[in-house]
Amino acid sequence: MIGMFSALRLILQRELLLSLRRPDQLLQPLVFFLIVTTLFPLALSPQLSLLRDMAPGVLWVAALLSSLLSLDALFRGDAEDGTLEQLALSGQALSVIVVGKTVAHWLVSGAALVVMSPLVAIALGIPLAAFPTMLASLALGTFTLSWLGAIGAGLTVGLRRGSVLLSLIVLPLAMPLLIFGANATDRAIAGVNPAGAMYFLAALCVFTATLAPFAATAALRITLE
Amino acid sequence: MWTWFYKLASPPYVYRVAALLAPWLLAAAALLIGYGLIDGLLFAPPDYQQGNAFRIIYVHAPAAWMSLFAYTTMAVAGAIGLIWHIKMGHAVAAATAPIGASFTLLALVTGSLWGRPMWGTYWAWDPRLTSELILLFLYVGVLSLRPAFEDQGRGDRAAALLALVGVVNVPIIHYSVLWWNSLHQGATVAKFGRPAMPGSMLAPLLSMLAGFMLFYGAVLCQRLRGEVLNRERQSVWVREAMKS
Repeated sequence: MIGMFSALRLILQRELLLSLRRPDQLLQPLVFFLIVTTLFPLALSPQLSLLRDMAPGVLWVAALLSSLLSLDALFRGDAEDGTLEQLALSGQALSVIVVGKTVAHWLVSGAALVVMSPLVAIALGIPLAAFPTMLASLALGTFTLSWLGAIGAGLTVGLRRGSVLLSLIVLPLAMPLLIFGANATDRAIAGVNPAGAMYFLAALCVFTATLAPFAATAALRITLE
Repeated sequence: MWTWFYKLASPPYVYRVAALLAPWLLAAAALLIGYGLIDGLLFAPPDYQQGNAFRIIYVHAPAAWMSLFAYTTMAVAGAIGLIWHIKMGHAVAAATAPIGASFTLLALVTGSLWGRPMWGTYWAWDPRLTSELILLFLYVGVLSLRPAFEDQGRGDRAAALLALVGVVNVPIIHYSVLWWNSLHQGATVAKFGRPAMPGSMLAPLLSMLAGFMLFYGAVLCQRLRGEVLNRERQSVWVREAMKS
């Protein structure tokens, strides 16, 4: 019987290796993120001054939607081929497995999205001075979203058409993230101190990352048993 | 006391008690809502700023209050079902969800009707209306999750867990929406924040509140009976109850 932390490390390793072996699954949500942000200038106006006012909202909505895309696959593949049941029977706490899988999911979807976001930010006319705030808020926001999504994915993993239901469940819960994240970026663009919104975002992140593992584990138990 | 508690977990007992309670609750609700409507709509003095338009508060405020109350009830009942494996907890949660969603919808519709004379538009992104709208989305999530499972027990437990996650998030969503709106636009709009109401306005409102509570109880009893019958349709007592 291996210890909790080595189990966590092994799960992380396995998940990261699996997603590196299937790079298309890693890239598709990022390309989706790019495409969605391209839609807005086409639909609204190509004027950078106008786009800059809407940039935080566009960026955040696109980030939420593209993170949702990959959430459906968080437990599905492992649940369908029985790996998840084996992991649950392995004697390790199921919550350790959930934590490992969710953190790995954030690393390949959320963190990748954060790395990608400056490209989109430049195209939307966000000034360079606002980049640190934008990156930090996106990092906190996508991490929190991965946790909220883990609850939703755990609840819908046994369902055949769970992906729409997953969005329906997770998006209302993610609305505070959108409010504070877009507001922090907005303030940074306007040159106002964004600390207030960032603190709220960090508080939500810590709160969700503390409680969501238990909820996601309970959700998975309901669908697995 | 404990025997009473155990009895509440037994479907035939719940079925009988709900049948006994429903007409009394409905009659009391009709009395209180009747008084509240007549006094509130006809006799309470008009507001000095809003004129007669404020009278929609007699439907709007109780509906908004009930929307939150029903959500909390649903989460607590679901938690009882989840923790102690009491099937009747899930039955109460399942019976409550559509009622709560209807109250939320009623609060949204009356709120937007009130907005027409006050704001000049049917929909303003007022923080309270917005968080009520998000509450409706949360209800829709719970309502669509339960029937998505083929196995009823799983659907029940999943919906209960989602309701619990939701009930933790409701205050967070409410306050973040308040914060969002107070930053984006100042208090250009007349807020609900009401100074102390005179008794002649308050009495019908309280009566409406109590009436809505009782009405909710009556509808819950009726829906619960249907829910219990449907869940226990394989059992002997249901067949016997249906014969007689």
